[in-house]
Amino acid sequence: MSQTTMPLLSLTTFLPLVGALFLMVSRGQSEAETARNARYVALFTSLFVFLLSLLILANFDGSSAEFQLVEYQPWLESVGISYKMGVDGISVWFVLLSTLLTPICILASWNAIQTRVREYMIAFLVLETMMVGMFCALDMLLFYIFFEGVLLPMFLIIGVWGGARRIYAAFKFFLYTLLGSILMLVALIAMYYFAGGTTDIPTLMATNFPEDMQKLIWLAFFASFAVKVPMWPVHTWLPDAHVEAPTAGSVILAGVLLKMGGYGFLRFSIPMMPLASADFAWIVFALSCVAVVYTSLVALVQEDMKKLIAYSSIAHMGFVTAAIFSVNETAIAGSIIQMLSHGLVSGALFLCVGVVYDRLHTREIARYGGLASNMPRYALVFMLFTMASVGLPGTSGFVGEFLILYGAFEHNTWVAAFLATGMILGAAYMLYLYRRVIFGELTKGDVKAMMDMSPREIAIFAPLIILTIWMGVYPSTFIDPIEASVINLVQNYDAAIAAARDSASALAGNQ
Amino acid sequence: MEALIVFLPLIGALIAGFGGRAIGGHKGDVFAQWVSSGLLVVAAILSWITFIQVGGLFNGGNAMEGYKIELLRWVVVGDFAFDWSLRIDTLTAVMLVVVTTVSSLVHIYSIGYMHHDPSIPRFQAYLSLFTFMMLMLVTADNLVQMFFGWEGVGLASYLLIGFWYKKPSANAAAIKAFVVNRVGDFGFALGIFGTFVMTGALAFDQIFAEIPMIIDGTSSFTGVELFGMTLDAQASITAICLLLFMGAMGKSAQLGLHTWLPDAMEGPTPVSALIHAATMVTAGVFMVCRLSPMFEFSETALMVVTFVGACTAFFAATVGLTQNDIKRVIAYSTCSQLGYMFFAAGVSAYPAAMFHLFTHAFFKALLFLGAGAVIHAVSDEQDMRKMGGLAKPIWKTCVLMWIGSLALGGIGIPGTYIGFAGFFSKDIILESAYGAHTGIGMFAFWLGVAAAIMTAFYSWRLLWMTFHTPPRADERVMAHVHESPNVMLVPLYILAFGAIFAGAAFYPFFTGHNWQAFWGDSILILEQHAALENAHHVPLWVKWIPLVVGIIGILGAIHVYRRGLEKGRAIGQFWGPFYQFSFNKWYFDELYDFLFVRPSFAIGRLFWKRGDGTVIDGLGPDGVAKSTNLAAGRVSLLQSGYLYHYAFAMLIGVVVLISFYLLAG
Repeated sequence: MSQTTMPLLSLTTFLPLVGALFLMVSRGQSEAETARNARYVALFTSLFVFLLSLLILANFDGSSAEFQLVEYQPWLESVGISYKMGVDGISVWFVLLSTLLTPICILASWNAIQTRVREYMIAFLVLETMMVGMFCALDMLLFYIFFEGVLLPMFLIIGVWGGARRIYAAFKFFLYTLLGSILMLVALIAMYYFAGGTTDIPTLMATNFPEDMQKLIWLAFFASFAVKVPMWPVHTWLPDAHVEAPTAGSVILAGVLLKMGGYGFLRFSIPMMPLASADFAWIVFALSCVAVVYTSLVALVQEDMKKLIAYSSIAHMGFVTAAIFSVNETAIAGSIIQMLSHGLVSGALFLCVGVVYDRLHTREIARYGGLASNMPRYALVFMLFTMASVGLPGTSGFVGEFLILYGAFEHNTWVAAFLATGMILGAAYMLYLYRRVIFGELTKGDVKAMMDMSPREIAIFAPLIILTIWMGVYPSTFIDPIEASVINLVQNYDAAIAAARDSASALAGNQ
Repeated sequence: MEALIVFLPLIGALIAGFGGRAIGGHKGDVFAQWVSSGLLVVAAILSWITFIQVGGLFNGGNAMEGYKIELLRWVVVGDFAFDWSLRIDTLTAVMLVVVTTVSSLVHIYSIGYMHHDPSIPRFQAYLSLFTFMMLMLVTADNLVQMFFGWEGVGLASYLLIGFWYKKPSANAAAIKAFVVNRVGDFGFALGIFGTFVMTGALAFDQIFAEIPMIIDGTSSFTGVELFGMTLDAQASITAICLLLFMGAMGKSAQLGLHTWLPDAMEGPTPVSALIHAATMVTAGVFMVCRLSPMFEFSETALMVVTFVGACTAFFAATVGLTQNDIKRVIAYSTCSQLGYMFFAAGVSAYPAAMFHLFTHAFFKALLFLGAGAVIHAVSDEQDMRKMGGLAKPIWKTCVLMWIGSLALGGIGIPGTYIGFAGFFSKDIILESAYGAHTGIGMFAFWLGVAAAIMTAFYSWRLLWMTFHTPPRADERVMAHVHESPNVMLVPLYILAFGAIFAGAAFYPFFTGHNWQAFWGDSILILEQHAALENAHHVPLWVKWIPLVVGIIGILGAIHVYRRGLEKGRAIGQFWGPFYQFSFNKWYFDELYDFLFVRPSFAIGRLFWKRGDGTVIDGLGPDGVAKSTNLAAGRVSLLQSGYLYHYAFAMLIGVVVLISFYLLAG
């Protein structure tokens, strides 16, 4: 495929920032006009960014495992730090997921956000820059800046436009994240020194760190990524953050931010610390299995719609983490597909909550009931995403889950069996939720008065519906571009393990 | 043409669902009804053409070789690959005919039955969607597509059981059906993975080619790791067959995973007839037959199938004896008949199992739709204790129910071609069980005979309580009793025709001496499993015993219910504990509620409040908050603080990093 000379990745990354700067300096005649302008500027910027990101896909060669569209700019040359961007099969879809969800979020906030609209839109555009930048960064320092930077606008979105207990939620999030970040920073510095003063990610991937060092670095990164995923038992910030965040905040949180942990494992832990990954896989398996069973049961008894879906996210991400550390082609491909699918489906489920929240201003499940009667379109959309969430074949949820389960089965049947209980429990809590919200007699007066979805709302869901079914029926579109990178990742991992085993046995032979 | 059969119902579902709503009102209803029914009738006609061609019906029952139509790539990750494709052979063709015939009749019947319902387009769309999923299941050429259809019919079943979504009982039943089926699918999914690990394939052809080589050690197979054990070839096949069979048990409501089926009667009656009697619940039987080239190689798995089937046949029949809801009686009867099919498959008489599946579809759909006509007539009453005396006012329905019951009871004259459909298929099943000449075969035979007495008893109990006892409904209801319209009756006539003649007409093909030619390569039976061959040479008493016990059951029921319900009630009281045990369905629901449902919620609450709340948050963020004195009292101070703290921490991080670099440089 042809390589464009345009710095596509940088454009995609920083264009939202340009939009944000524009919003910062511009001001309308009145409050209302400012708000309206801000909405349109943000929407058009993010739509344009999405189109740009499609160009990334068009110029991406799926048959190669190499980093592509690489941009290189010396930065702090004297210390081996550079501005370097690029995508491979592992990251390319996450870029598109981010650029797709941003305009959807802006559209979803159209009427829901009425205060400080301009600032809100600025926060979202900055957030988009950080997300895209994080997935494209090929330099550790750059990655770290984006990785941590993502959290700033997210904090603002929860803290300023969030619910009643937003401060508590933000504080919890802060405590968890802080510890991980500091440890990761230390590990980063250690790696920088060992690799001879470079923060270049491809170089670090090719560096053989000694096993003991790998273990320490692995644990440090794990502290950071496990919180982001989140894995049990560092998950309790997520339900609170979701509950307090505005709808669009939840969509990005579930859709993209949770993927940062999984992406981190795939980008750093597996390729840079293969030996430690193999040594510590059992920890991940144990925590993932616990997460699936534990959070599914907790989801079953939730009384708040958002909390329920938040807990279900933790269970679904448990599938992902177990798959990543099974390190075989099926499991890794499955984990990426599952993350994409979860991005679409859980995002859509939070949007579904948003639709009724906008009308009744409560997330309490018991306040609803019987919506099938007066909101049939909504009932249909919610049903589709409920089914995608429980992994019904023909939806995106199935493909990821099935690949993961097989990959895990190949690696360890116990893990697969534990994860597969999620199939049963997932059906139980999602259908129980659906029943309480959608089915039943329509009795409550204010619920009766709720209108079905507006054309704007349908437009928000349409792309998610199409993609969810597309990914379920013809997932090759999504799997083909990642396959080369996945194979490469697995092969390098296997080679590293084999080499370590050889040297160990050679050592034993000498003695 | 095959693709048309499969996809016409999907097109029908989409057009009826969205088009019917868009047009709206009565016009939309009529549009939805005619489009969906029309497309299904076309699909049914095409199915019969396919069946006649593939089964070689005009060719002396010599089947064509199976073939495959590839549609689209589905998932390819390395070797783990499967397609969307259609596999057509005799086994599929039989299912195509069963599914599309019953489905099209149910579509038409529903025009009359759902007449007053406000959501007709939705109903027709669900029915057609179900049919599509079922057709995907039976035409699957690999395990995963079968799983797609499998879960798809589960979805349709869920939607249709809960169709009257305002009824709490319907919603509960819908969830129960889906979740219990998921328990089975848990095994099915693991079985699929095991199959792939063992054979390196997911497509049936490849799996079936690999299995014999694995057994005789000519493949590269080295053993399957399952739950920490390394299984050899034989044990692997057994374990995998049992996992797959778990799926079949869920879908076909076999003992242990049967609890959802009686509750599924909450759905509209046409749904019960189509999904929960004629087609979906037989998917498990179809699966075992389809996978006969796997099950044949595991004596243990076959034994389990026989055992479970025989127990279910017996268990469900005992429960059917005492139920008062007309639909529940027929539901337990379905459960019991599925048990017959399974133990037939378990003794390697797959053709007999498929034959019973085929005839059962006609007479059970007839019984259910007939019950629907009864319910329709008595103002939506389902309790038989409030019926009676309906023989005259709705005599057409009464005759139809008699035909269905005679077919279910297996009435016919052994050694001739005179008999109702169920006679031929049930007899060959019992004869095969006997002909297996194994201990488990005899076990199944005797439980099957015992179930046959009870089947006859509860069927005639139903007939008498409904039609021939003095009326117990109030006058207002009795005054309204009316025969169903022709749009409901004509489908019943067609089914009745099938219930009478389907057995005699198709016996020579399905299980006659030439059965091997008819089934071709779609079913594998090893030489040492000669139950079906032996079935043709059983002693005379074995041939007559089903008829004799059937008549005993019938006479018993007539004797008890001749004058009314009192005698039945007295017998129930006399047998107190036994009656209660049967009436309460062996207490399965209570047991599961106690073992699984309540604990799940209790543990969930415990994990949430104690685990997440007290332990994790208590030791984690909240604990830290307390110990660092950042607790509640100073919140105002912190409000401004969090973000800046974080931003500050990150800034420090970057500064530290950069200064490190600079110093190092």
